[in-house]
Amino acid sequence: MGYEIIIGLEVHVQLKTKSKMFCGCLTGFGARQNTQVCPVCLGLPGVLPVINKQSFEYALKAALALNCQIADFTKFDRKHYYYPDLPKNYQISQYDIPFSHDGYLDIKVDGKTKRVGITRVHLEEDAGKLIHPEEKESQYSLVDLNRTGMPLMEIVSEPDMNSPEEAHAYLTSLKEIMRYLGVSDCDMEKGTLRCDANLSLRPKGKKELGVKSEIKNLNSFKFVSKALAYEAKRQAELLEKGERIIQETRLWDEAKEVTRSMRSKEGAHDYRYFPEPDLEPIRIDEKWLADIRKTMPELPEARRSRLITQYGISNYEANVLTQEKIIIDYTEQALLKAKEQNVTLASVTNLTLGPVFKIINKQKIEFSEFTRKVPPENLVSLANELDKKTIVSTMSGVVLDEMFTSGKTARNIIKEKGLEQVSDKNALEPIIEEVIKNNQKIVADYKGGKKSAIMALVGQVMRASQGKANPQKVKELLTKHLG
Amino acid sequence: MKVDEKQIDHIAALGRLKFTDQQKKIFIGQFSKILEYVEKVKSVDINKIEPLVHTFDQHNVFRPDENKPSLTREQALSNAPEQTKGFFKVPRVIE
Ligand SMILES: [Zn+2]
Repeated sequence: MGYEIIIGLEVHVQLKTKSKMFCGCLTGFGARQNTQVCPVCLGLPGVLPVINKQSFEYALKAALALNCQIADFTKFDRKHYYYPDLPKNYQISQYDIPFSHDGYLDIKVDGKTKRVGITRVHLEEDAGKLIHPEEKESQYSLVDLNRTGMPLMEIVSEPDMNSPEEAHAYLTSLKEIMRYLGVSDCDMEKGTLRCDANLSLRPKGKKELGVKSEIKNLNSFKFVSKALAYEAKRQAELLEKGERIIQETRLWDEAKEVTRSMRSKEGAHDYRYFPEPDLEPIRIDEKWLADIRKTMPELPEARRSRLITQYGISNYEANVLTQEKIIIDYTEQALLKAKEQNVTLASVTNLTLGPVFKIINKQKIEFSEFTRKVPPENLVSLANELDKKTIVSTMSGVVLDEMFTSGKTARNIIKEKGLEQVSDKNALEPIIEEVIKNNQKIVADYKGGKKSAIMALVGQVMRASQGKANPQKVKELLTKHLG
Repeated sequence: MKVDEKQIDHIAALGRLKFTDQQKKIFIGQFSKILEYVEKVKSVDINKIEPLVHTFDQHNVFRPDENKPSLTREQALSNAPEQTKGFFKVPRVIE
């Protein structure tokens, strides 16, 4: 029997505010344990939490970008449970009146667009971090409360995804949007994006959903796909054997590459929600939303379509260039300048996709560092030199490397280092004669009818000229010599 | 409304508490009385009343996103029954 995979995702995104959600503590990652805590986030008696306005506006921004309906009235609630990572014994969260609901996110898988429903987006505070010492005999756990009270946004999707690939695309798109908005880094390794998944199988053609399992501990984008694929297979095998699926929480075990049942004290959740009396409710009016909309950038999908029509770049180029807002912001500034100066747009995009990315990857630097050293107008002037054929196109990497390290312009570097393309017959002839003399075998191949052998000779001339010879001219002269 | 032992056990489990049989008997009586008392509220007709989520007629109370000094680690840990290496130390919890 064939099954359809049904996946819903619950994603937690940590918002990138300077201070925590209800107090002024720092939010930086990697601080020494229990150094970013105060009476409010420690839940000491008699303190009063006050909502960080930035965290609320970031959340509104995110919900608008996810096409959500925004509630005109919302409030916070206490969700009660006892666990050592939660010093107050309740988490401030949102229960029956989340600030937003009923949105959607369009994802692309295999070139096809699919709409995934967003059930709700709400705001809550994060809990602390627990460490369980490795040694078996240790009878204790350790608690670091630095993360307690960080602003956390929960995004719940509808069970609209039908493959691990779709779930992966949803997460990728979500991350991209949050980073464009600047509301979160969405770094799974650092825990600023966390994902739980619900997965069930439904016999093809049937309407009712099967029993679902909830999968936790999906700590990287790669794990998400792997864990979901594993879980779908596990459930299918059980069903094939005529066994039942139990509704349960399962943990992804990366070492063993399996999901395993979390048999602990799951059972009777009873969160005893009630309205948080320490926080007044929030009213959201159209004026406020309009102000927030004004601060929102063009979102990745819209930007891709516009770039393709406005600059005639390919789908592939648009996809690569828009992965990070800072990269496309830089490239687009360069493209606009190129248009003004009649520089070929393809020269600019080829530079970004080639030598620029190479520098970023090789030097392991942030893109912002690159833009500081090579502003867009400098990149355009290099593209201009390529257009004018002042240098051989393969030299662009060498020039750009130097532009990045010295901050000099392309023109100056080309001049100082004498990198101009050499097309002069008199300068090239001696090199060509030398190469022919030293490569008699290749020459014989060529004369014997193997016409492609000439490219090996062109390569030799290029090398001998330190990459500066005009390849077309070299080929032309070689053909004449050997003809 | 009568509370039974199962409910007392549930409430104890949620609060990570252990009661003796003797205590449970006392609590059954006390809890039942409290609930009976509160039951009276149900006799009020609230059909035309909007639910109240907060007793103050205020909304949109925010603070700017600014940092304030935190406690020192020594201060933060000073009330902890047990601590080690800058951490709060608690009975082992396993997920
Ligand atoms: Zn704090």
